[in-house]
Amino acid sequence: MMTTTPKLRPTSFVPEDAGEGRWTLNFGPQHPATHTTLRLVLELDGERIIRCTPDIGYLHSGFEKLGEHLNYNQYVVVTDRMNYISPMANNLAWHTACEKLFGIEITPRCTAIRTICAELARIQDHLLCLGCMGLDLGAMTAWFYPFNEREPILDLFEELSGARFMPSYTRVGGLKEDMPPGWTDRVRDFTRNVLPPAIKDFERLLLRNRIFIERTKGIGVISHDDAINWSLTGPIARASGVKRDLRKDEPYWCYADNWDAQGAPAVKFKVPVAYGGDVLARFLVRVEELRQSAAIIEQVIEMMPDGPINVLPEDKMTLPDKREIHFSIEGLIHHFEKIMTNRGFEPPIGEAYGANETANGELGFYLVSDGGNCAYRARCRPPSFVNYQVYAKLIEGHQISDVVAIMGSLNIIAAELDR
Amino acid sequence: MATAAVIEVLQERFPELGIEARPLCRYLDGRDSGQFWVRVPPERLIELMTFLRDDPRTRFEQLCDLTCVDYLNYSTTPDTAVPPEDRFAVTYSLLSLTHNHRLWVKVFVNDPEPEVPSVYSIWNGADWPEREAFDLFGIGFAGHPDLRRILLPEDFIDYPLRKDYPLRGKGEREAFDVVRRDSA
Repeated sequence: MMTTTPKLRPTSFVPEDAGEGRWTLNFGPQHPATHTTLRLVLELDGERIIRCTPDIGYLHSGFEKLGEHLNYNQYVVVTDRMNYISPMANNLAWHTACEKLFGIEITPRCTAIRTICAELARIQDHLLCLGCMGLDLGAMTAWFYPFNEREPILDLFEELSGARFMPSYTRVGGLKEDMPPGWTDRVRDFTRNVLPPAIKDFERLLLRNRIFIERTKGIGVISHDDAINWSLTGPIARASGVKRDLRKDEPYWCYADNWDAQGAPAVKFKVPVAYGGDVLARFLVRVEELRQSAAIIEQVIEMMPDGPINVLPEDKMTLPDKREIHFSIEGLIHHFEKIMTNRGFEPPIGEAYGANETANGELGFYLVSDGGNCAYRARCRPPSFVNYQVYAKLIEGHQISDVVAIMGSLNIIAAELDR
Repeated sequence: MATAAVIEVLQERFPELGIEARPLCRYLDGRDSGQFWVRVPPERLIELMTFLRDDPRTRFEQLCDLTCVDYLNYSTTPDTAVPPEDRFAVTYSLLSLTHNHRLWVKVFVNDPEPEVPSVYSIWNGADWPEREAFDLFGIGFAGHPDLRRILLPEDFIDYPLRKDYPLRGKGEREAFDVVRRDSA
């Protein structure tokens, strides 16, 4: 196979002449309302937006290239940095894809803990998003209420993994370690006593506020068919009436029946769907998802099975337990075989796609393996990237103050957008 | 409707293409992963994709993902059946909300000017993923309305996700102009 110098040259972006009475505004990349670093070139007629050209890539760090040089356990640290608002969800999605590639079925206890973690990650992501939607519209107080309740979740993650923000909690075929004693009680205390009053508080603050309603209702409307055609997923699609949730449609973990292989029923929850398709509908869908997530967590805690958290190390797919490494020669050899660079993982030659329903939509990884220790290609299907492409169409014809309202409702995370 | 039935529909409608169902992955114990892909020549892509979207038996309304894989150093085996003479695979991940099934479509293209037709006219969601594949792999998408670099700077020359591009770059970091206080 020959390697040649690429001949295709990119066409350069030349802004067209704005025309009579119009002017061009540069929005970002350093702007408090762009959440991180996004840049928009807005063509304005007075305060009305005629055309918008998003410019992304300020945080591009080559994560997909890195994925070809780190092994299946090492790369989880990088996935933390993709969507830093809910890193736990990225950890889980990455290893869901890995286990699809390896053909591993995880243990019942690991399934249950992962489900709880996924729902906690969803809650914390939604809390931040809902708070910021208020903040972007000038409602500072409404930001403190949800943000305050995000803190206990970070504490719970810290107990679990040792890190508040970047847990890197999952491993191939299992987890870093089992949960500490009493952890489920503290989770239950959070979902029962802390979260419901907080939801009530900020919901009242915003949904009884006439300014908030008038600035969100009918703003940034996307229709049902457009939502499908533009590949939208998650709460944004569901706010436009698309009844699609991977947890129901392609059930995995505790969302599927018989998840512990002993006939445990799937957790019961409803998928909230709104039909407005505007900023307010997205807000309402997210608030309802908070309640459903809390209900899921309580059910899983009730059914929490005992047993190991890693799949048995005999098949040489996972790292052995630390006690085995320190006290048995077989464990030590096994450990070396997994972590040495010339040994390592032995996945089948092939490709696999694994996806989870995360707070922003479908987060998937498409892995190509050539049988080696590292993935041959580690493609991430980031929900932010796919959701954000419709943004230029959404804000056309709106006022400039609606730019931040719509951006907040899409919950764009620039690090995940650029990777 | 299972994915196997979708492929039967394709074989019936496009018998001349010789479409066969291939699993994305076959595990060591012989099972397949339940995810299937089909190979399509680039010149028939638009026709086939439009059929897949519109036919009531397939109804792939959504393009879930579009990406590219560079098989430059890939070790081929009969199971994965990546033809050794082909370098790039543009991979379309299709999703049907009506029937709740998925299908992966691969189009193989080669140097020196890899190009496939754009599916933007079929799914608007292909807009940015196609720009990304153009940006990082240098795949051309004929008919895309706004094909320019999306993540990298516009004056970047190489395509970094290609396998012959080194992990640490080709010295682009050092090539930036140094901005000093008196020159700014």
